[in-house]
Amino acid sequence: MAVVETRDLTKVFKEGQLGAVNNVNLETREGEFLVFLGPSGSGKTTLLRMIAGLETPTAGEILIGGRVVNNLTPRERRIAMVFQSYALYPHLTVYKNIAFPLKAQSVPKKLHKEKVEWAASLLGIGALLQRKPRELSGGERQRVALARAIVREPSVFLLDEPLSNLDAKLRLSAREELERFHRRVGTTTIYVTHDQVEAMAMGDRIMVLNHGVVRQIGTPKEVYDDPADTFVATFLGSPPMNLIENQDVIVGFRPEHFRLAQEVKDGSKVTFKFRVDNVEYLGAEFILSGCLAGGKADGKKVIARLLLGQSFEVGTIYDFAVPEHHLKFFGRTSEKRVGPRPLTWQ
Amino acid sequence: MAVAGAKIKSIGAAQSPLLGFAMFGPAILYILLVIGAPFVLAVFYAFSDARIGSTSLHYVGLENFRSILQSPSFRKALWNSVVFTISAQIIVMVCANILSIALEKKFRGRGLVRFLILLPWVAPVSLGTIGWKWILDSIYSVITWVLIWAHVFKPYSAPMWLGEPKLAMASVILVHCWRLIPFSTVILLAGRTAIPKEIPEAAAIDGAGFWRTLFQINLPMMLPILSVAVLFGTIFTFTDMTVVYILTAGGPYDSTQTLPSLAFATGIQGSDLAAGAAISLFLVPVLVAIAYLMLRVAHRTEVN
Amino acid sequence: MKSLLRRKLGPRIVHVLVLAVFVVLLAFPFYWMVIATFKQNLDLYNVEANPFIFNLKPTLDNLHLLFMETRFVRWLGNTVFVGVLVVAITLLLSIPAAYALARLTGRWGERLGIGIFLTYLVPPTLLFIPLSRVVAILGLQDSLWSLVLVYPSVTVPFSVWLLMGFFKSIPKELEDAAMVDGLTRFGAFVKMVVPISMSGILTVVIFTFTLVTQEFVYALTFISPESNQMVGVGIPIFLVRGDVYFWGSLMAACLIASLPVAFLYNLFLDRFIAGFTVGAVKG
Repeated sequence: MAVVETRDLTKVFKEGQLGAVNNVNLETREGEFLVFLGPSGSGKTTLLRMIAGLETPTAGEILIGGRVVNNLTPRERRIAMVFQSYALYPHLTVYKNIAFPLKAQSVPKKLHKEKVEWAASLLGIGALLQRKPRELSGGERQRVALARAIVREPSVFLLDEPLSNLDAKLRLSAREELERFHRRVGTTTIYVTHDQVEAMAMGDRIMVLNHGVVRQIGTPKEVYDDPADTFVATFLGSPPMNLIENQDVIVGFRPEHFRLAQEVKDGSKVTFKFRVDNVEYLGAEFILSGCLAGGKADGKKVIARLLLGQSFEVGTIYDFAVPEHHLKFFGRTSEKRVGPRPLTWQ
Repeated sequence: MAVAGAKIKSIGAAQSPLLGFAMFGPAILYILLVIGAPFVLAVFYAFSDARIGSTSLHYVGLENFRSILQSPSFRKALWNSVVFTISAQIIVMVCANILSIALEKKFRGRGLVRFLILLPWVAPVSLGTIGWKWILDSIYSVITWVLIWAHVFKPYSAPMWLGEPKLAMASVILVHCWRLIPFSTVILLAGRTAIPKEIPEAAAIDGAGFWRTLFQINLPMMLPILSVAVLFGTIFTFTDMTVVYILTAGGPYDSTQTLPSLAFATGIQGSDLAAGAAISLFLVPVLVAIAYLMLRVAHRTEVN
Repeated sequence: MKSLLRRKLGPRIVHVLVLAVFVVLLAFPFYWMVIATFKQNLDLYNVEANPFIFNLKPTLDNLHLLFMETRFVRWLGNTVFVGVLVVAITLLLSIPAAYALARLTGRWGERLGIGIFLTYLVPPTLLFIPLSRVVAILGLQDSLWSLVLVYPSVTVPFSVWLLMGFFKSIPKELEDAAMVDGLTRFGAFVKMVVPISMSGILTVVIFTFTLVTQEFVYALTFISPESNQMVGVGIPIFLVRGDVYFWGSLMAACLIASLPVAFLYNLFLDRFIAGFTVGAVKG
């Protein structure tokens, strides 16, 4: 097991090509599950591919287990990678797919069977060994890809959006399986996704990237509750955080903290007049979208998320409020997080 | 490497031009040697007095071109090449369009029909042409027999298909068409099946009938593929000498001679390499034009 | 009722009619070869009798003459010999080249690929005169090796083009995975890309082999002795003795040499068409 480190890692592409990476410094912790989260084109996959050795960095260093690996080929880095499409070799059986890394690395042939069977039983695919990839379901393919990754006991696991090709129902069970798998093998894992729910659910820590720049690294709770800037604040959470400009700051609050004024009891709060323009009923909750009315933020579009138990009329103005400790403040030009300050709203 | 110790390792799936060059180098080298060099040699011969059997070579300038341009058999050959090519393309395009429409729908036995229709293209051209030579035989032609049987001609007064200039030309064109129709048909079929089903369906709902759909929807959408079929067909006809050589050997009296067959008769059979090379160089402008048009088709589809 | 019948039946009759006419026109010479192959000479060279049927008993004499008294079998052997060698050379040159141009060299590799494709348009009739001298200088005149040397110039360009399309359709992730799993770039090509591309490579094999059997101009120009001929030249030139054509045997030879090639080509037709359409059809 090993720690992955990058120092000022940079990748410059030709103009117009997405996915550049700019001065990334990161250090994984022993055995942790680190998620790279960002929109498409944010450079998260490029970063992963540089760590794998599939992409040559323009500048900076990559260290695996304390050793600089920039000049090592992918095969020499002792990593394993699971690809978005799983990249199962279509002409080989499941057994041969799993045995492939052993063969490629000249592991003595007599060890193959034992190792393949160990990996296959770890993932519960012992019965599928003689099948070809095209005869497998999506979930089975993922398991084969994982077995192929684990079979040579790599020091680091790299996973590139492995759930994005699955349908919604399968994605949930595959996600649980991945989590269980990581708990069992305990290998340092880097996981790339653009899905914030996946990131929150699976990551020990999340690294949020945009335009090749690291915006924040932290536990799911940290990045959600204490976003470092407005990008992180709006990228995580659905619906996203409401942002309102006031004097020299941007004030943000999450839709679930924007509630009817009479229900916000404890401590100080900021109240707003909220005109409801649309009501979405989602079964367990309402999503209300509308505008603030009166005061400095007149006409500003905001969203509220409420539990059931109350009915709302479109076009009516209600008294809403946010507890003061739930307000986040960001610099108006820097968009970076700043300390709280007293503001007037009228 | 220029800098000692500076190891440039090409790692990763990113492009690696060095390995790339090592891998396509041999093919490029071979093509340059066996296509590029002979082409230069052909140009060189065309300006010389090279003959088979003589080792000396002199530069004679445009002499070869001057003399072939004055020769009536060259003019006839050039004219024939153009006539054969253009008339064959017109006939082929009409037939191939009809046939590709008929083959588009799935029906029982379609595989067998396709195989039979394709035979002229996939069988070696020299052998198919020999078959035609038997069909067009001066005495035992089956066509003659049928025409006599139908009382179009009296016995022994039927024309000799390959023995009269006009009929021989028609026969050459016929065999070219016979050979190209299958090729153009399958190319057009590929183009036709690539049109999204919704578009003719939308046209039908908008009230277009069979002919309107054909001429205003399908054919315009197939324009790139039609041009590919015409361009290949043009090359295959214009540069071919097999059909002419076997069917008529250019005769009677040079009436079916084409540029390639004349180049062969002059350069190889007549031992006049220089004149033969000069004649075959007249293929080049057509080839360049076709290559240019082909690139435009490829480019346009790339942009779309 | 009547108009319904006409509306439904009309197009169908036209459809069947069109197909029937074309099938007859296009396949007739081959039908004619079959008839001639088994006809007795007396029947074959009879101006009066109905030529479409056997007026005398069918015979195997023509086949006997072809196999026993001509060099036909030798020519078949020559063709297979040249075919196998040309296939080997074509594969050796075009597989690495196509892969390099499709994957390793970026945008200008693609342009070079189109350039190579254009050399496919250069016809033998443009180059046979200088090449006949080159062959003579190399001392390969009248030898089958002259064809082994020259034929790849016809097959390599189109094969590179076909294979480029094939390699491009293989997901890049497969090669990435193979490299992460422990292969080098070149190793991934040999152990992963080549096995996956077997059907594309087979297409090139068939294309090359059929082209070797179909080529006429170079074989006619480079080789004169009867025993060293390829089928495509031997049959039309050397089965003609003096001015007498042995039509029965000639037609038998055409049939025997054409049908296997036609059958193979037909199997791989769709792939060849994909190459010919220069990307003008997008699936």
